[in-house]
Parts: sequence; C-alpha cells; structure tokens
Amino acid sequence: MTEVLKVEDMSVTFELHDSEVQAMREMNFSLAEGETLAVVGESGSGKSQAFLAIMGLLAKNGRAGGRVMMGDVDLLALDSRQLDRYRGKDIAMIFQDPMTSLNPTLKVKTQLSEVLVKHRGFNQQDAVTTSIEMLERVGIPEPVKRANAYPHELSGGMRQRVMIAMALLCQPKILIADEPTTALDVTVQAQMLDLFKSLTEDFGTSLVLITHDLGVVAGVADRMMVMYGGRVVEKGVTDDLFYDPRHPYTLGLLHSTPHIAKRAVRLDPIQGLPPSLENLPKGCAFHPRCAFAFDRCLVERPPLRDVGDGRQKACFYEGPLAYGEVA
Amino acid sequence: MAGITGKDAVLTEYAHRLETLDAPKGRSLTQDAIRRLVRNKAAVLSVFVVGFIIIFAFAGPYFLPWTYDKIDWSGIRKPPNFEAGHYAGTDQNGRDMLARIMQGTQMSLIVAGVATLVSVIIGVIYGAVAGYFGGRVDAVMMRFVDIMYALPYILFVIILVVIFGRNPVLLFVGIGFLEWLTMARIVRGQTMSIKQREFVEAAKAGGAKPWTIIFRHIVPNLTGPVVIYATLTVPEIILTESFLSYLGLGVQEPQTSLGTLISFGAPVAETLPWMLIGPAVVLVSLLLCLTYIGDGLRDALDPKDR
Amino acid sequence: MFGYVTRRVLSAIPVALIAVTACFFILRLAPGGPFDGERALPPATLANLRAHYNLDLPLIQQYFIYVSRLLQGDFGPSMVYNDFTVAQMLWIGLPFTLTLGLSAFVIGTLVGLVAGALSAVNQNKWPDYLLVMIVVIGLVVPNFLMAAILQLVFGVYLNWVPAGGWQSGSIPHLVLPITVLVLPHAGRTARLMRGSMIEVLSTNYVRTAKSKGLGQRLILARHAIKPALLPVVSYLGPGLSYLLTGSLVVEQIFALPGIGRYFISAALNRDYGLVLGTTILYMFVILAVNLLVDILYAWLDPKVRYS
Repeated sequence: MTEVLKVEDMSVTFELHDSEVQAMREMNFSLAEGETLAVVGESGSGKSQAFLAIMGLLAKNGRAGGRVMMGDVDLLALDSRQLDRYRGKDIAMIFQDPMTSLNPTLKVKTQLSEVLVKHRGFNQQDAVTTSIEMLERVGIPEPVKRANAYPHELSGGMRQRVMIAMALLCQPKILIADEPTTALDVTVQAQMLDLFKSLTEDFGTSLVLITHDLGVVAGVADRMMVMYGGRVVEKGVTDDLFYDPRHPYTLGLLHSTPHIAKRAVRLDPIQGLPPSLENLPKGCAFHPRCAFAFDRCLVERPPLRDVGDGRQKACFYEGPLAYGEVA
Repeated sequence: MAGITGKDAVLTEYAHRLETLDAPKGRSLTQDAIRRLVRNKAAVLSVFVVGFIIIFAFAGPYFLPWTYDKIDWSGIRKPPNFEAGHYAGTDQNGRDMLARIMQGTQMSLIVAGVATLVSVIIGVIYGAVAGYFGGRVDAVMMRFVDIMYALPYILFVIILVVIFGRNPVLLFVGIGFLEWLTMARIVRGQTMSIKQREFVEAAKAGGAKPWTIIFRHIVPNLTGPVVIYATLTVPEIILTESFLSYLGLGVQEPQTSLGTLISFGAPVAETLPWMLIGPAVVLVSLLLCLTYIGDGLRDALDPKDR
Repeated sequence: MFGYVTRRVLSAIPVALIAVTACFFILRLAPGGPFDGERALPPATLANLRAHYNLDLPLIQQYFIYVSRLLQGDFGPSMVYNDFTVAQMLWIGLPFTLTLGLSAFVIGTLVGLVAGALSAVNQNKWPDYLLVMIVVIGLVVPNFLMAAILQLVFGVYLNWVPAGGWQSGSIPHLVLPITVLVLPHAGRTARLMRGSMIEVLSTNYVRTAKSKGLGQRLILARHAIKPALLPVVSYLGPGLSYLLTGSLVVEQIFALPGIGRYFISAALNRDYGLVLGTTILYMFVILAVNLLVDILYAWLDPKVRYS
C-alpha cells in the first residue's frame, strides 16, 4: 500500500498579543492510498487546525511546525504560490459550512470549471461539460439547471454536494473533509456518507474525515485518530477502537453517544468541560475528567506509545476499561 | 448520577480536582474594549490633543492681553510680536489673531456640540421608531432617509440659512438636522436586532406599551454604536460649519469661527501667512484627532470592523 | 434584470416630484422675497413686478404653473438677473460644472478603488500605511483649505500650474480644481474599499478559493472584487452628492465658470427661480447617478435582483 501522506511531529501555534498558544502538537500519522482516516475530537481539540495548516489556510498569526510529506514534497515548507500547484489538484478540502463556503456572486458552473481550467488546462467549454457530469455523479438532479444557478438558489445539501464535486474534479489523491455533515439534516447526512464511500472507492482517493460524531466514523472510516487537548490520545483501526477502546476519553465518547435502539434513562456525557488550550492541566490533559486517573496522571503526561496491532494510546492506565455496559 | 455503576466514586474525585484547578480568566466586553482602546496609541494621543485644544479655546482668552474684537491701531497686519502681546500676529483690522483663533475654536466646538446633540436625539428617536415598528412604517421612514441621503444636503442647509437668516442657534439646529441620517440608519439596524432579544419579548408579554419599550429597554442598549457614531459625526459637523462660514453663511461678525478665519486668511496667505497657518493648524488637528478617536472607539467596540 | 431596471426607473419619478415640490414650498415659505432689496420700490412698481412673476397668485397655483413649465424645460425667469431666464443661466454654467464634477467623480472613484484594494491586500505593510495616511489627510483637511494650500504651493511658489482662472479647453487650469475635488472622494472610497476588501478576503468562500489553488491574482479578480465592491457602490450616490457640494466652493475659489458661482448669490438674493432651478438640476443629476448605482449594485449582487 503506498503512502500518500506522512505527517511527522506536526504542531500548530498561534501568536496572541502577549502570549503563544499551541493549538496542536506532536501529531504523527501516515495515510495510505484509498484509505479513510477519521480524526475525532471535541471542538477546540486542534483537529481542524492541523489540516488547515497543511492546506496553507491558517490564520495570519498561526505557524505550523514539523513536516508533512506528500510524496517528496514537504507541504509545510512551501509558500502560498508553491502550494497553489498542489491545492485543488492533488490535495483538496471541503469545509463545514456549505452556506458560506461558496461565492454568492458567481454561478456554480464558474466555481466548478475554474479548477479544471487552472490545473488541468481544460478550455472553458470542456470544463463546464465535465463539471456538469460531476454534478450528476454526486447526485444532483437537473445538473445543467443547477450549474447555471447561483449558490443561494440551492439547498444546503445540494451545496455540500457541489463542494464535493468541486473538490473531486481534478481527482486529487487526498481529500480532507472538515465536519462535512455537521451543518446538514440527519437524513441528508446518511446520503452524504454513502456518497463519500462510493466516490473514494471509484476514484481511489484517500479521505481524511474530521468529525466529532462517532456515528459518522463508524460507517466510513478504516482507521481513526482521537484527539484531546491538542494531542493525539489514541490511534488505530476503527473497529478495534470501537470494540476495545484503550483510552478513557475514547471510552467516554463511545459511551456518551446515545444508542438508537436502547432507551437511555438519561444522557451520559463526559463530566466536565474541555480544557482551555492556554491553560492545560498539569500532567495528563484529560485527568480532571477521567474516571481511571491515579497519582501518576496528575504529574506526568503520558506519551503516545504503540500497543501492538497498529494501535497507539497515550495513557498510563493498564487495567480494563469499562463502566457498566458499553453501547 | 443514576444509571451507571462505578461512577459515584469518580464524581467525588472530580469535584475535588475542580477545586484545585485554576479558573479560566474571564473578561467582560467593556474591559476588552477599554484594553483595546488604550492600546491604540493614536487614539490616546488624540484624546490629549483634543483636551488641550478645548482648554486652549475656553481658558486661553483669560491669559491673553487682547480680546478677539479689540482693535490695536498700532499693530495692523503685523506678524507675531511677542512684546506687544500678539503671539500670533494681527489681522487686517488690527485684531489679535491668537484671541480670534481661540474664539473661533470656541464657536466651532459649541456648534459641533449642539449640532451633534440635535442629530443624536433626532437620529436615535427616528431610527428606534423605524426599527421597532418595522413593516410599512419602517419602509416609509427609511425611504425618506434614502432620498435625503442622496440629495445634496448642503443645498438644503443653504436654503435653511436663507430662510431663517443668519441666526446662530438655527445654524446649530439646521446642521444637526441634516446629520442625523447616518445615526438613524445605524440605530434602526441595531434596534432591529435588539428587539429580537428575549427581554423585549418579556416586556411585551408583560404588557408594556411600545414607547416604554423603546425608551426603557432598547435605547439604553444602543449606547455603544451611538457613542461611536456621535464621535464620528462631530468632525463632519465641524467641517460643514466651517464650510458654511467660509462661504459667508455661517457665524457672523464680530463672532468668528475657524472657517471664517480661514476664509479671511486664504486670500492673503502669501503676504500674511500667520492669518492662515494658525486657524488651519487648529482645524486640521481637531478634525484629525476626533477622527482617530472615533475610529479607535469603533475598533475597540467592534473589532471585526477593522 | 430588465424588470428590476424598469422598477427602479419608475420609482425614481415620484422621488423627483417630491423633491421638486419640497424645494418649491420650502423656498416660498421663507420670509422675505426677491424684491426686498436695498432700494425701496414704489408700491405700484412692486405690484407690477409681483404680478409679472405670478407672485400674487395663490401658492398652489404658482406651484402648478411652475411644474407644468418645468416639464417643458422652462425653469422660469431669473428674478434678479432680469435679462436671463433661469434655463439660460443654467445652460451657461451647467456643462462646465457637470464636466468638472463627473470627471472628478470618476477619477476619484477609480483611484479610491485601486488604492483601497492595494491597501487591503498589503495590510499592515508600507503601501497600506502610506495610503492610509494620504487618505486621512484627504478626508480631514476641508476642501477650501486644501484648495488654498495647493494654490499657494503649486500655483504660486512652484508655479507648476495656474492657480486659478479659466481658459477654454485648457487642461492645466483644471489640474488643481480637480485635485481638490478628487482627494476627499478618493479618500472615502479608498477607506470603504479597504475595509470591505479586508472583510471579503477573510470570508469562507475566499478560503475555499484559496484551497482550490487558484492563486492570488485570480482570487482577487474573480472572487473578491464583486463582493468587495458592494458597500462601496452603495456609497457612490451620496459620494457624488458630496462632490457636487464641494464643487460649489471650488468653482468660487478658482474662479471657474460653472453654476456654483451663481448659486450662492442667488440664495442670498432670494432669487427663487435660480435657486430652485439649480437645486432641481443638481437633484436630477444625483437621482440619475443613484439609479445607475442601483443597477450596478444589482449586477454585482445577484440576490438583489428579485426585490
């Protein structure tokens, strides 16, 4: 299996007027061809920032450290102009809010065809034709009509499909999807995930799916990476993590997801709030909310270590992880 | 919490840990705004300069040997002469320039203050009513504002001046009457978003009459934007007033204003430069500083605007 | 789009009518009349004069006479400059004022747009600071002061351009007046454009455009310009209004043959006809420009077209 992306010791830091904040650090992973990797965590866990940084879309006061190798190229070392050779062509991203992610003053067909014209040298007409075909492919009815429309004339679900079409037009090797279903209705969510699955299979695209919703992960991801407090705390094959979580946070996440078939007496969230990145707790970032923490956790931060079978975890606790029944 | 075994023990531990963690530092909106404003060096400097100019204009005359209308027959058209007490020279009538500059500044400031007040009052009421009642009332009221906005308002001022003579009070009111437009628009926008908030609903449910709601609940919440735009209106009013005075339609003799002084100084600036430089410097400084303060306030209270 | 244009044109007509009416009645309601001059006239002469100008008729009647004549292009006689009708006087001065005003407007807008865009793209680097400083100066110094300073510096001391006056077709004579008019307008436009562009550049859809690897030039030209222009375009109507106002003073200071000169003396002498005529003309120009601006706005922002 070829590796399409290799992230080495990546970090993202933001400069505030009188201090610095590390949004994310010590991230290492590799992405194989055709694989789907889910990146899971609460808001503020740094999961989006990492990938915005890879795409060169960090805010002006942000800096990324480490290396991100796509083939022979370190994406983090490139400036904006150099990155433009790869963005939209070999690596693409779709964002959370389809309502605001499309330009309201340009027709849909313009926003689609421009990637083909820029990166693949198509002429305008061919580009539009190919775009319309792609619109059909992503399941948009009456594609010609939609292509000639403006974004505000389409529904949320359709706009997100347009975004997906736009990202896949140049058949990139890597597609990053940042919470692609969060802003959509549940029924539309399911359709969207099916779309992802079939498209990535057809095109052989590797998909990074950033989400906080485990339901999304279960259906689509081959491997998953759990983040907390700006660091990766557990990593491995999705099924393994679901049935045998090794980090208390993962356990908590799984546990707090309501089960559709069971009637919960009460919802069971993880007690407490995510930590402020400026003010991380000493020792393990999760210890204040952890049911299994002991004295070592308060003073020493557990490093991410291999535990066999391609699994990694950042936790000192070695005992059985369960409270009551896991859904 | 009921339902899951093993967690009760965890909760006591958790509660204990919460006590030992540091609470996150919270910041109120006003504190944030003041921090940002103070950091804006241009704004802070401007506040001092404006303060200085105000003191200069109102307290200065007490320290001068000459009043603004007293004629010094021995010193007509003279450059600055410290011994004779004419620190900024004299004009063609032998009047002390520094005293006249002070008086002119006083006048400009007073007009600005009154006119701003007038425009704020009219603008706030108009905008709040339009924004609160919405619908047709709003549509009609705003159309009127749009029309007024597009027309050359200075023509109306001139017409007003023509009609009512060169009465200074009317000047203030008239100018204020024309500057309320922007304020009205902003107040309307803000009112529309404020009226959606729950406490307005609560007041309505409690049976409060519309006017009560407008004045008790909505207007107090408008202070932020109103202060900002009032501060930004002041330089515009000073400009309008000096423009009118320059044309001879504003403040009348023997009173003077910065605009009038400049209108006298400009034609003779080659030979009597001190007649232009003094008032020009004061006027430009005043306007510049007020603009910086207004901008600074706007940045401080609404950072996205930058 | 066509429907939108028609609707805007039709709605401009009542506005024009209201404006004319308002002006008419305001002027007439003012105490004092055109014949309250320095010389006391014998009552008989006064009565004749008033009859001649229809001033003894009921106000409403005067109004309708005025409007009907107006629609035929007759602005009535000037009450002070006895040998001329208002239309004739306007005709003498209008072409010049319009040329001066509109060229300053176009130049100022273009300069402002470019400056604002450059400033936004190079935010906080030296081009931005320089432009902001120039903008502030343009905005803060009143036009009459700026005129005086420029006249002194460039007209008298350096003698690069004539300090005033007018010779037919002479461009150097226009340099200073146009500069004085352009500076504040360009300043305000640049400021708006800068703010608007900065906001547009931080939107989600520009982020999407960046993620597609389009490159800065393409993003600016195709994705950013239209949305950024919107708030600026809304300002253009009042902007022209300010500019024409400024031209009054500029024409006086530089002794230029436009309408501005007449207007003020007409106002002071209560020459109803001339004041009304000039005001109406200015208003029509502004209404026309506003109409064009509205149409431009609809072209830029597709969502507006259905209103």
